[in-house]
Amino acid sequence: MLTYEDIRPSRRGLLGLAAAGLAAATLTAPARAAKVATKARIVIIGAGAAGTAMANRLIDRLDGAEITLVDARAEHLYQPGLSLVAAGLKPASYTLSKTTDWLPSGVRLVSEKAAAIDPVAKSVTTEGGTRLDYDFLIVAPGLVLDHGAIPGFSLDMVGSNGIGALYAGPEYAAKTWDAARKFTEEGGVAVMTRPTTEMKCAGAPLKHAFLVEDIASRGVGAGKYEVHYAAPQGALFGVPIVAEKVRMLFGQRGIKTHMNHKLLSIEPGQKRATFEKTEIDSVTKTEVKSTVEIPYDYLHVIPPQRAPDVVRQSGLSWADKWTDQGWVECDQKTLRHLRYPEIFALGDVAGVPKGKTAASVKWQVPVVEDHLIAAIEGREGVETYDGYTSCPLITRVGRAMLVEFDYNNNLVPSFPGVIAPLEELWISWLMKEVALKATYNAMLRGKA
Amino acid sequence: MKELTLQTLIAVFEEMFGRGLFWALVAVAVVVTGLYLYVLIRDRALSMRKFLWAQLSMPVGAVAAVVFVQKITSSGFRDIGGPIDVVVVLGIATLGAIGMAILVYTAQSLFRSKHG
Ligand SMILES: Cc1cc2nc3c(=O)[nH]c(=O)nc-3n(C[C@H](O)[C@H](O)[C@H](O)COP(=O)(O)OP(=O)(O)OC[C@H]3O[C@@H](n4cnc5c(N)ncnc54)[C@H](O)[C@@H]3O)c2cc1C
Repeated sequence: MLTYEDIRPSRRGLLGLAAAGLAAATLTAPARAAKVATKARIVIIGAGAAGTAMANRLIDRLDGAEITLVDARAEHLYQPGLSLVAAGLKPASYTLSKTTDWLPSGVRLVSEKAAAIDPVAKSVTTEGGTRLDYDFLIVAPGLVLDHGAIPGFSLDMVGSNGIGALYAGPEYAAKTWDAARKFTEEGGVAVMTRPTTEMKCAGAPLKHAFLVEDIASRGVGAGKYEVHYAAPQGALFGVPIVAEKVRMLFGQRGIKTHMNHKLLSIEPGQKRATFEKTEIDSVTKTEVKSTVEIPYDYLHVIPPQRAPDVVRQSGLSWADKWTDQGWVECDQKTLRHLRYPEIFALGDVAGVPKGKTAASVKWQVPVVEDHLIAAIEGREGVETYDGYTSCPLITRVGRAMLVEFDYNNNLVPSFPGVIAPLEELWISWLMKEVALKATYNAMLRGKA
Repeated sequence: MKELTLQTLIAVFEEMFGRGLFWALVAVAVVVTGLYLYVLIRDRALSMRKFLWAQLSMPVGAVAAVVFVQKITSSGFRDIGGPIDVVVVLGIATLGAIGMAILVYTAQSLFRSKHG
C-alpha cells in the first residue's frame, strides 16, 4: 500500500501541502511504546482477519520474538464483501487477495493446516508433521461451515435450481447471485434460512433477505414474489431492540417470518425444503415438534457452523457450553484460555456470547496483544473486551442500519447522536460500501 | 471505529475510488488549486466577471459531485433516510460546488485572460 511517506517527495514542493499533511499525520498517529525485547516463541493458528491483524501488531510491539503463522490457505477472503457479491453489487474478485499480501516481514508463514495442538507439551503439529513448540499460542482458525449437515444439499448445486449459499466463499456467492437474480426477475417464493448454531455475522441472513426483496421489488415487481424468512430461533436477532426493529421492517416489506423453524433437509428436484417446527403446547407447556414442508423457487442455505476439528480434538473447547460446536473455552473479557493461560482465542473460534464479526476482531486484537505482552513482561494486562459486535445491517441497496452492540445487548454506537443505529440510512450504506473494506484492510495491517 | 487516523482516512479513500483514480484525483485537485493561486497572484485581483461565471457553474458542480458518489455506491436520492443523510448530501454538494467554481475561474483566467 502507498503510505504517506511514499508520496511525500513528489508532492513536497507543491504549496507545502505535503509538509502540512505530514504534520497532521504525526499529530494523529497513535503513540507507540518502545518495543519489548523477548525471545518468546509465539504461534498463531489461522491467517484470517484475526491472525493477520495480530501478527502485524506483535511485530510492531516485540523485538526478537519468533512469530509463526500457520495457515494453508493461499487466498485471503474479505468475507463481509460476500453479501454484496451475492446481490450482484460486486464481483467475486472484490473479496479476494493473497494471504501473503498482508503479512509483515519478520513473521514466518507455515503454509499448512494445524492438525493437532498439545496444550500440555505446548506444541502445535501441522498436517505435514512439522512440530512447532510455543511459549504463547493464539488460536484463530475461524470456523467451519458444515454443509454436509443438511441432507439433500451439496455445494455443487449452488447457482442452479434456485439454490444459493453465499457463506461458502466468493465463487459460491457469485453463483448465489445467479440463482437469486433469476428469482428477482421471474418472481415466485424465496425462502431464507439460518442455522441453529452460533454463526459469523448473524446479520448476514437478514441482509440477504432484505437485498433480494429490494431487488425483486424493482425487478419483477410487487405481487409477483414472496420472501419468507425461516429460522430456528425465537427472535429475528440476538439483541432484542434490534430484533423488534427488524420485525417491524419485515412487516413493512411483507417478508413473512417462520420462527422456530430449523432446516432439516431439502429435495432439490421438487424444490421443497423440510423444516422442524418447535411449538410450546399451550396446555402441557412442553415442546412439541413437527415437520413442515415449504416449497421454494429460491432457497438460501446457511449451514451449521462449528469450531475446526483441530480445536475440538485438542481439548480446548468448553465442556459444558456449545458442546455440539466446540468453541474455545476462554475468559470473555480477556479471551485467555481458562485452563491454559498461555493460550488465547481470537476471532470467530472464541467461545464468547457475542462477537463473530470482523469488527469484533478489531476490538479483540488490542486486548489479547495487551495481555500477551503483559505476560512476557511479567505483569497483568489491563485491557478488556466488552463484546463489541457490529454489523451494518443492509436493508436495501442504498440503505443500512449501523448496528453495534455489546455482551449486555446494549447498543454502543460509534457516532452517537450523528448516525442513529436503528434508522435505515444512506450514510450507513456508504460505510458498508466504501469504508468497511478499507477499515478492514487497515486492521489487517495492524493500523486500525 | 476505535481510532480514526489520517492513514485510515487515506486507506478509506483509496478503496473508495480505487488507488489509481484516488491519487489522480488528488493530483488534479492539487494542480487546479495551484493554478488558481497562480492566476490570483499573477493577476493580483479577483475578476468579478470570471467570478460570475464561476458562481453560475457551482450548481452544476454540486449536482455532479452528488451523482458521482451515488453512482460509485449503487445508490440514489431515494436512499436518503434521515437528517444526517441530508447533511452528507449537502456536504458533498458543497465540495463539488467549490471545486467547480475554482476550476471554472482558473480555466477562464488561463485561457481568456485578455478579456478578463
Ligand atoms: C457472508 C458474511 C458476511 C459478513 N459480514 C460481516 C460484516 O458486515 N461485518 C463484520 O464485521 N464481519 C462480517 N463477517 C464476519 C467476518 O468475516 C469474520 O468474523 C472474520 O473474518 C473472523 O476472522 P477470523 O480470523 O476469526 O476467521 P477467518 O477470517 O475466517 O480466518 C480463519 C483462517 O484460519 C485458517 N484455518 C482454518 N483452519 C485452520 C487450521 N486447522 N490450521 C491453520 N489455519 C486454519 C483459514 O484458512 C483462515 O484463513 C461476515 C462473514 C460472512 C461469512
